[in-house]
Amino acid sequence: MKAGALIRPWWLAVLVLTAVPAAAATIEVTIDKLVFSPATIEAKVGDTIEWVNKDVVAHTATVKGGWEVTIAPKKSASLILKAAGAVDYFCRFHPNMKGHVNVTP
Amino acid sequence: MFTRYTTALAALLIASAAPFAQAADKPTDPQIAHIAYTAGVLDIEAAKLAVKTSKNKEVIAFAKDMERDHEAVNKQALDLVKKLKVKPEDNATSQALTKAAKEERAKLAKLKGAAFDKAYIENEVAYHKQVNGALETLLIPSAGNAELKSLLETGLKIFQGHEQYAEHVAGMLK
Repeated sequence: MKAGALIRPWWLAVLVLTAVPAAAATIEVTIDKLVFSPATIEAKVGDTIEWVNKDVVAHTATVKGGWEVTIAPKKSASLILKAAGAVDYFCRFHPNMKGHVNVTP
Repeated sequence: MFTRYTTALAALLIASAAPFAQAADKPTDPQIAHIAYTAGVLDIEAAKLAVKTSKNKEVIAFAKDMERDHEAVNKQALDLVKKLKVKPEDNATSQALTKAAKEERAKLAKLKGAAFDKAYIENEVAYHKQVNGALETLLIPSAGNAELKSLLETGLKIFQGHEQYAEHVAGMLK
């Protein structure tokens, strides 16, 4: 425990120093029992959204007239955000599943 | 043991909500498992017929999605009954569902092209509506085992999604 407490601040400092200039982050969205969680995410252009599907059925994250990602059962799939803007997305197979992404420049 | 259901097509009009109405008594877990599994098999059979008959890209895609989802849910249901050592038990509701689906299949078999697509999709809307209603008001409240109940609850969300998906495809056919 003691060693861990000592190591953590050093590790965090390196992470902050090296991560800030690159900026691109990966935001995880879990799909469990037909729910996108978190349902709303804040992201920047260049960030990646990774959907982790815990269900036994496939899902999609679909923006009407925009991008679509298919996430196989018990698998993950990701998308790099290329444009700024706020978009609603849904699952094409189960349109009762809804999510929202706010993408800032 | 479920092969005897595979000839029927899942297509019930809203007006023919009789299959579930006949089950006045609270179904047991083995009966609930049988009903849920049978409802899935019937929709898979409908989907197979649509994939074979339809020429419409959207209808075929929808049917393939139904086949894949219901197979996945039924596989999960079989795994669960095996784990719980529950033997699914045939019952009047399963039989009525199968009979109604058979009748609908006979109707659909006479149709082609756009008429088939319209009838198939409209039946998918009605069938999911009917099964979802039964899940909500009868099957889920009657389920005794917590894991079975949870599986049915997730199934309901999946099938409510299918109902909306079918409505969307029906809208595109108009």
